[in-house]
Amino acid sequence: MNYQQLPQSGKTGDVSSKDGTKSWFYSDIVKDHFFHPRNFMHEDGDTSIYNAIGKVGSPACGDELRVWMKVDPKTECILDFRWQTFGCGSAIASTSMCSVMVTENDGMTLEEARAMKPQDIMERLGGLPARKFHCSVLCDKALRDAINDFYRRIGKPEKIIKEASRMIDPISKVTDHDIEEAVLEGAQTLETVQAKTKVGIGNPGVLPAVEELIRFYREKYFG
Amino acid sequence: MSKHFVYLDHAAATPLDPYVFDVMKPYLKEVCGNPSSFHTVGKQAKDAIEVSRETMARLLSARPDEILFTSGGTESDNLAILGSARANKEHGRHLITTAIEHHAVLEACTYLQKKEGFELTILPVNTFGLVDPDQVAQALRPDTIFVSVMMANNEIGTIQPIAEIGNIIRKFRGSNAFPLFHTDACQTVGTFDLNIERLHVDLLTLNGSKMYGPKGIGALYMRRGIKLQPLQFGGAQERGIRPGTEHVAGIVGLAKAFELVQQDREKENERLVRLRDMLIRGILEHIPKTRLNGDPKKRLPNNVNISFLDIEGEALILYLDAKGIYVSTGSACASASLDPSHVILALGVPYEVAHGSVRFTLGHSTTEKDIEYVLDVLPHLVEKLRVMSPVHVEEKYFT
Ligand code: FES
Repeated sequence: MNYQQLPQSGKTGDVSSKDGTKSWFYSDIVKDHFFHPRNFMHEDGDTSIYNAIGKVGSPACGDELRVWMKVDPKTECILDFRWQTFGCGSAIASTSMCSVMVTENDGMTLEEARAMKPQDIMERLGGLPARKFHCSVLCDKALRDAINDFYRRIGKPEKIIKEASRMIDPISKVTDHDIEEAVLEGAQTLETVQAKTKVGIGNPGVLPAVEELIRFYREKYFG
Repeated sequence: MSKHFVYLDHAAATPLDPYVFDVMKPYLKEVCGNPSSFHTVGKQAKDAIEVSRETMARLLSARPDEILFTSGGTESDNLAILGSARANKEHGRHLITTAIEHHAVLEACTYLQKKEGFELTILPVNTFGLVDPDQVAQALRPDTIFVSVMMANNEIGTIQPIAEIGNIIRKFRGSNAFPLFHTDACQTVGTFDLNIERLHVDLLTLNGSKMYGPKGIGALYMRRGIKLQPLQFGGAQERGIRPGTEHVAGIVGLAKAFELVQQDREKENERLVRLRDMLIRGILEHIPKTRLNGDPKKRLPNNVNISFLDIEGEALILYLDAKGIYVSTGSACASASLDPSHVILALGVPYEVAHGSVRFTLGHSTTEKDIEYVLDVLPHLVEKLRVMSPVHVEEKYFT
């Protein structure tokens, strides 16, 4: 699958980090969606016509994303999908692309939308730099949150899929989600995950489980 | 590609002055000798270094043997901190620095703290990024051997009261040798008179790439009598404190660049201040929910740092880039570590303020037309990103 771009070093990309050590390119599709975002929710947009809302924020990066969805209650097809995001170029482009994907060809059913993965969005975008994966995960999560909201509103709680998080280290209060986030942000080793989450510091008994999870998420997103 | 080219990132790197390039050329080509060799060509290189050293010394009101050439600002900072802490640890193990220093200072200090048993005090700054000299005075202890405060901040442009702090330290130590006082002056070489005597500093960092000189070259002023433990070994160059064959062309270029920026300093400062204030006023007056980061007055003549609230800096930078305007941001999204700017966070503002911060740094080539152009396109770009954003930061952070 073509969702990971080759890393660049130095200042050869479209953008480079503020310390100048990393840089990244954006594909033409990413740029197109970034400069001409599709389906975002205007400030004065009428939110009352939507029957599902999703919201997600990543405290690690300070991003926030909201989506509004109009779902046909009979067919459970997504008729309209609007969004607002506070984030970087990748976050804007991923959300814009996600909105196109779920609504094109008369709209995905909620089941189809649930089967979609962040990688699918990245692939359609022509790839995102590895350090920007979590931006596309963000909109995938907001979409899932909105789907749950739809089922909650129509009174079908059995259809709600809770993304359960499991406590890995009760001392540092780190869950499997925290580890997932850390891996998505580029931590690849126990040491770097610990630097981000403090997991297992003062509780070395949990380290084998942590290492296993790191391997799992690495394979899931980067494998 | 936009037909415009408005480079406003001079705090990151300045273009090489063509005149500086000219004086460097012979040392990249004809004068091929190693300065340590005994023949004529070696001596030519050696002489060029010594003449440059004298130029540097004259501009700092220092003595030639107090100037060390290094590979840049990071090395000078590292050498000053690690070198003097390690050489003088029997006199005390306490270091003082501030929360808004460059990483080259902060990380060297925290390394000493974590790995080599030093104690570290990191002083806070006020909401404008100013260090309070009284707090420095209070933090001084009998075992303090080193204090490092930057002369002006590279991100927000705040100018610190270095002479005042230097004076406090000098009084505190009386007839003792410690604490030593170091300042990173990389951002101020073209702005201030760097007369060492008036600044009361013992060590001072300079580098070439912020003064229209070459990259990969820097200098460290160290007062006579100071002991530094080298970071590298294997030669007698730079009195054995910084061994290794000298970057002759770089050294020649550094001295020339320093001379040139100091010559035009006052006129250029005046010009930049006018353009800077035009940009600041233009943004604050015409774009709602904007905030100037750093001190409005005690500020580098070329620095404008604004937070555009409710939007993220990397996105704005890309929009500006598409219009041919090149700037930088303190946003987490644009950093390799996904950490937002430690400098902006040190001002005591919420995360979103750092996230939406953009730095414009002006330079020799910046014209009034450039500023007008920025002020012309910027409001639309900010507006475009704001309508896509669900975040609405509270008013108190921008009024
Ligand atoms: S939103 Fe922060 S990196 Fe993409």
